[in-house]
Amino acid sequence: MEKNKTTGEVMETRVREILDRYPEGRTENLIPVLQDVQDVDGYLSEESVVEVSRHLNMPASKIYGVATFYNQFRFAPLGKYHIQVCCGTACHVLGAATVLDEIQKNIRVKSGETTKDGLFSLEVVACIGACGLAPVISINGNFHAKVTGGSIKEILDNYRNQG
Amino acid sequence: MSFLIEVNNKNIGARSGETILDVMKREGINVPTLCYIKDRFPSGSCRMCVVENTKTGRLVTACSTPVDEGMKIQTHSPRVIESRKTIVELLLSNHPDDCLYCVRNKNCELQDLSEELQVRERRIKGEKNKIHIDRSGASLVRDPDKCILCGRCVRICEEVMGVACIDFIDRGSKSFIGTAFDKSINTSSCVNCGQCIMVCPTGALSEKSHFTELISMLNNPEKTVVVQYAPSISVSLAEEFNMPPGIDINNVLNGALRKVGFKYVFDTTFAADLTIMEEAAELIDRVKNGGKLPMITSCCPGWVKFAEEFYPDMLPNLSTCKSPQQMLGAVIKSHWAEEKGAKPEDIYSVSIMPCTAKKFEAQREEMTSMGISDVDAVLTTRELGQLIRMYGIDINQIAPETNDSPLGFRSSAGKLFGATGGVMEAAIRTAYHMLTGEELVRFRIEPLRGMKGCKEASIDVNGLNLKVAVVNGLANARILLDIVKRGEKELHFIEVMACPGGCINGGGQHIGASEEAVMARMKALYDIDDKETVKVSHKNPEIIKLYESFLGKPLGRKSHKLLHTDYTKRDVLL
Ligand code: SF4
Ligand code: SF4
Repeated sequence: MEKNKTTGEVMETRVREILDRYPEGRTENLIPVLQDVQDVDGYLSEESVVEVSRHLNMPASKIYGVATFYNQFRFAPLGKYHIQVCCGTACHVLGAATVLDEIQKNIRVKSGETTKDGLFSLEVVACIGACGLAPVISINGNFHAKVTGGSIKEILDNYRNQG
Repeated sequence: MSFLIEVNNKNIGARSGETILDVMKREGINVPTLCYIKDRFPSGSCRMCVVENTKTGRLVTACSTPVDEGMKIQTHSPRVIESRKTIVELLLSNHPDDCLYCVRNKNCELQDLSEELQVRERRIKGEKNKIHIDRSGASLVRDPDKCILCGRCVRICEEVMGVACIDFIDRGSKSFIGTAFDKSINTSSCVNCGQCIMVCPTGALSEKSHFTELISMLNNPEKTVVVQYAPSISVSLAEEFNMPPGIDINNVLNGALRKVGFKYVFDTTFAADLTIMEEAAELIDRVKNGGKLPMITSCCPGWVKFAEEFYPDMLPNLSTCKSPQQMLGAVIKSHWAEEKGAKPEDIYSVSIMPCTAKKFEAQREEMTSMGISDVDAVLTTRELGQLIRMYGIDINQIAPETNDSPLGFRSSAGKLFGATGGVMEAAIRTAYHMLTGEELVRFRIEPLRGMKGCKEASIDVNGLNLKVAVVNGLANARILLDIVKRGEKELHFIEVMACPGGCINGGGQHIGASEEAVMARMKALYDIDDKETVKVSHKNPEIIKLYESFLGKPLGRKSHKLLHTDYTKRDVLL
């Protein structure tokens, strides 16, 4: 982290740098702007949405409305372990819904959210290209193949034990 | 270009550029709508207004389909009726179905449609919504479970009010209407205007009610319960009782309020006169002594919050005058209480307002003195209607009565406060007198009257060319203020009313009133001004007396303490 700056300030500078690349008031750039912000921050914070809203001259409610329309945006920072549940066709057919359900019950947050302790965050993604392993989940990029409702607890507990 | 189209096997005239719905309305053919808002670009999203184009065999939305020469339309064919019925059944599939307990029972477009289309069973079962009710606001209660996602509130809030604190969130069957980050409405930029309530077809949006407390106070022998009512109430309440719009029932209103149990009945219009005395003096002071100009009115609490959020740099331009409701509230609990020998804490002060934002205003911290609110409860016109019905009072049988005095007499200038342009007209009448010692030759300032969103006038006052503007609908305020900020227009005085048309069309008024009804209310106010003799605030004998016996002079020390206030920038998500 840069010296003498709070996390908030660092974040603000980073968002500013992104916004400087886009002309003011041009709302058609909203999606790319939000994507860039999420790329650097990992999520869309309230502060960054306010910055974007000022720059594009667009009400925060509209931005939130657009951002929640798309699955790709999240509004909480990523957890230490980021779980991606593939819901592509193959995974879907082989029971991704049960897997997702089980994970949501286990960590008690829904897709797009992060657990209070910051350990896990959850995201539903379309096909991650590992159909042979279906149903598959990826945690911080590590694939777990042929998961079932029953195997979720063990997988997650393993991460929990690593702290 | 005009041409003929065929509607229900009859030829009728149509013009290019019109929509099917425009033509149907003119012809008196009733096509139901939900997402449609008059004079706004159609969104065509609810599909309620489908009609059959028998030439193409397609169902099209009447609100968003332009007419074509030779078009053949069926508005009530079996296929059309079946589609509309299915739409209503789908809307009902996740609806809570608690009509009996709903604020909008018997006044709900969804109820009407399901009755009209003879929906008699629940054919389509969906999962019910389970979104929490948002009661965080001082004025507004949001119950998204009852929302049918017509989007009217979203559009009014953005396009007419220029606030845009709500929008569609999420998508598909999970969609709902909410604020940025789905926070509670009290932390948003909502200005409490209530215009969203006015357009909501269902009970998803309503005002925060103070009924329970009010009724217990009315029955508490230790409390003196007093009431004041705003200038526009007497010309709009009649509609709550199915009377035609534009009837002034002022004296009946006094009688009804006493029957309900209010001990003293005051007229906020008296305080409108008081506001004018202070505001006119303030304007003159600013003009003469190089104060901040243009001065902007501050009697509309929706506008005041809007300014605190969106135009904090212009707060010094706002008049420091409290609104008439708060001036009267302050005088009642100080001077009047003292004269009566009553303790302020034993007085329960109620006001009847055409406005939901007044509920917010009454609980602002600046509007209390030593922990006691100047106004304890605010009821809308609608709630007053409910109260009168609840007490079994037949409004047609009430003997007319006058209000209590002092704090009851009013000029007709004060009455004009109820309509856009009225505060300005009243202020100019008195400012002119204060500056010249004479009365205006013509009191009526025509360019400032009527429903237009932005109006301007200039008045010659002893060689000073006083330039004024009047805006209503906060989106119009935005346009004017931006022009002023860019230095493209020089003005001395601006009147802002948040609601389109002013208080006669406030967010607390009768739901479902047409534009004609609003104009009838406006005309009723103008008629009062035409026929009465005391047409200026400074000639109100009770005002003169209040200054002589208590306040001293406008902008004096006592006025400053009781009748003026200040504003602060608000940090909300914009
Ligand atoms: S009360 Fe006014 S500002 Fe608030 S949500 Fe409704 S329309 Fe918007
Ligand atoms: S709250 Fe009312 S006006 Fe707004 S979308 Fe829902 S039903 Fe329509």
